[in-house]
Amino acid sequence: MKSWFKSGAPWVWLNGGAVALCMIMVVGLLGLIAVRGFSHFWPSDILQTTAVDRTGETQQVLGELMRKEVIPSRVARTNGYVVGEDVPLVTRYLIKEGNRDLGSDFNWYLDVGMGEWTYPDDAVQIERREWGNFYGFPVALREDGEVISELGDEDFWSELQQRVDRSVELHHEIQHKEAVEIGSINHSMERLRLDRRRLELRGVSGQELAEAQAELDAKREELNADYRAIKAERDAIYEQNTRDSLDVRTVEGLEKTIGLNNIVRVTRPNAMGVWGKSVQYVDRLWEFLTEKPREANTEGGIFPAIFGTVTMVMVMSIMVTPLGVLAAIYLREYARQGTLLRLIRISVYNLAGVPSIVYGVFGLGFFVYFLGGNIDELFFKASMPAPTFGTPGLFWASLTLALLTLPVVIVSTEEGLARIPSTVRQGSLALGATKSETLWKVVVPLATPGMMTGLILAIARAAGEVAPLMLVGVVKLAPSLPIDGNYPYIHLDQKIMHLGFHIYDVGFQSPNVEAARPLVYATALTLVLLIIVLNLTAIKIRNSLREKYRSASD
Amino acid sequence: MLEDTTMRNGESARAASADPGPSGAVGSTPRPQTQGNNMTMADESIKLEVNDLNLFYGQDQALKNINLKIPEKKVTAFIGPSGCGKSTLLRCFNRMNDLVDICRIQGNILMDGKNIYDKKVDVAELRRQVGMVFQKPNPFPKSIYENVAYGLRLQGVKSRRTLDEVVERSLRGAALWDEVKDRLHDNAFGLSGGQQQRLVIARAIAIEPEVILLDEPASALDPISTLKIEELIYELKNQYTIVIVTHNMQQAARVSDYTAFMYMGDLVEYDDTDSLFTNPTNKQTEDYITGRYG
Repeated sequence: MKSWFKSGAPWVWLNGGAVALCMIMVVGLLGLIAVRGFSHFWPSDILQTTAVDRTGETQQVLGELMRKEVIPSRVARTNGYVVGEDVPLVTRYLIKEGNRDLGSDFNWYLDVGMGEWTYPDDAVQIERREWGNFYGFPVALREDGEVISELGDEDFWSELQQRVDRSVELHHEIQHKEAVEIGSINHSMERLRLDRRRLELRGVSGQELAEAQAELDAKREELNADYRAIKAERDAIYEQNTRDSLDVRTVEGLEKTIGLNNIVRVTRPNAMGVWGKSVQYVDRLWEFLTEKPREANTEGGIFPAIFGTVTMVMVMSIMVTPLGVLAAIYLREYARQGTLLRLIRISVYNLAGVPSIVYGVFGLGFFVYFLGGNIDELFFKASMPAPTFGTPGLFWASLTLALLTLPVVIVSTEEGLARIPSTVRQGSLALGATKSETLWKVVVPLATPGMMTGLILAIARAAGEVAPLMLVGVVKLAPSLPIDGNYPYIHLDQKIMHLGFHIYDVGFQSPNVEAARPLVYATALTLVLLIIVLNLTAIKIRNSLREKYRSASD
Repeated sequence: MLEDTTMRNGESARAASADPGPSGAVGSTPRPQTQGNNMTMADESIKLEVNDLNLFYGQDQALKNINLKIPEKKVTAFIGPSGCGKSTLLRCFNRMNDLVDICRIQGNILMDGKNIYDKKVDVAELRRQVGMVFQKPNPFPKSIYENVAYGLRLQGVKSRRTLDEVVERSLRGAALWDEVKDRLHDNAFGLSGGQQQRLVIARAIAIEPEVILLDEPASALDPISTLKIEELIYELKNQYTIVIVTHNMQQAARVSDYTAFMYMGDLVEYDDTDSLFTNPTNKQTEDYITGRYG
């Protein structure tokens, strides 16, 4: 034993164990998120059974099994269930019954007194734009109120699918008209209003004012006409979309009619094979990644959050890279190395350790209220009292993050500069280059891998940051994307959605915890993947730069 | 030669007057500064002339009262053991020592009769006239073509034709053209060490300097590359004044016309190469070239 200790083997085991523990934690974390996140989109079977509720009545149950728990029967009894004293443990199941409009949604059922589980082929899950999912059985399909096909008809399902597809397409058309065309008109109207306000502020009067106003009025009238035309088109499509409806029956036998314009998707998981489910899975995943959220973020997709995160990180990179690189070049190449410089360097390094919420507070107080307020005062007087930059938004969020990640970029760039051999600098100087020529033509290109390293670290840190963003520009639901087809195309003053904040919001602020739970995992997974993709891109760029300048730093 | 130097010193009294007392004490060491009654030197036209040069790194004196003349379009070699100051002296000719903060210089160096340490001298302009090649090949992270064109681009040359011509001429001049003509736009780091060193020489001659300083140009190279560099030096002396620092005495003997032996910051002996190697007048020189120390 003593010789075993002397041989140093315990240390190897200890070190190996530490590594193994780290690996288990990392893999476990990613695995948990991945499994929970990915499985959410798999269409699970619809279960039909009977269960006894607290009052002792037997109930029809139809829905998806979410999870099961084993609890002591004592707990069940205190909750009012009738469970015999001889049973120590009971199993309870969480069933997603949907039908929020009829007062169900998520319910727990004990296995005591539960009937046989069946999976009827005709059971459908209908994803609706309002009230969440509906679980039940279809009865008949109607066009303009007339029944055209009933359950049991040979072409019922294909007919239903075809009509659902049509109405989804019409819905997209309406959305496009509303968001893009009418949005663009609203944007122009707002600009006209600002033009008029600007005229007033400039103190234009008399003939000139009348002429300018007449011109603006003419333009406005034109826009109004456009608006009416588009609105009429939209209304027409809307009207078309109310044509079809579907009669459905719940498991308890309640009859109900759902307009097809309210349906996103009709799924019949019990009748689907693995292939059918896979297609559906990809379809749902795609929807999650490309659609807007619905129902207080508990349904639909997270596209605006992905888009907002990426845009914010890009804007941040554009701001932090030049600033950090220039600062590092000054510190390394020009500043006199001395006590003052050491002090500055220590301060910069320590900035990296300041809690991020502090940056948020600073961003809100200095950037948003002070800088933004003054910018509004100077340039956006026309739209006062509504603030333009004097309110949290994309620009301020990016700027705050740029400040947060500045130390990382400075440190990495400085290290990159320090690694460049002095012979290369001397070679340039010996050819009659001045110091700045040497710097910009030889030294800085060679230091680009170092700068990229800084940027990679900055992106990794910024993309995952939440706390400061809540104060400086990220919101629960942004009405439009920060980049669109309306001048000036990138709306730096707009509020954005962000994946990190979305996780917080869906996970902790949601009105429907059970519905939100899988989305938290799926969104977390998306965030992790997004950061990995951003990092891999940056690492790839850095490696190709390194390859290019390979032997210079050898 | 000693007399000649003194006379010139008198001429450039303005510049030399900065020479203070303390260095005089060092200069008054009994050891004679330049030895050898070099008759051939009188026929040469002088390109560079070092007068009473003292150089200090902080408190340490690295060069002690150096006086020597470097003839035009000849190869002059500096030899001596490590730390003897030969590289430091070489770097004085294009004022590379200016980059060292703690470096202080007294005395003067005349190029074509003009003091290069004069305040009015533009250092960048001086370095265009006095090119330098370093011990380790130091190509820039650019293509072969851009490496050679670098100095010209700094001078604002934009014409593609001029650049093409100069690049070809310089690479031919550095005996590298045939090896790289098909891959001019490849990265210079793809070349071998010897090729890189010749590329660096091509880069130096592209801006048509008057003097080329070579700081142990072959010490990092294999024998064949070394041979090529030596042949190249032999070619180049037709057009340029060359000053070379080398550890390798055989190399000095092979390539140089004149050789200076330095020891501990002193110029011990300076003579034409044949005389210095066959008939050294100084005991230290003899010891060194016969390999008894250093």
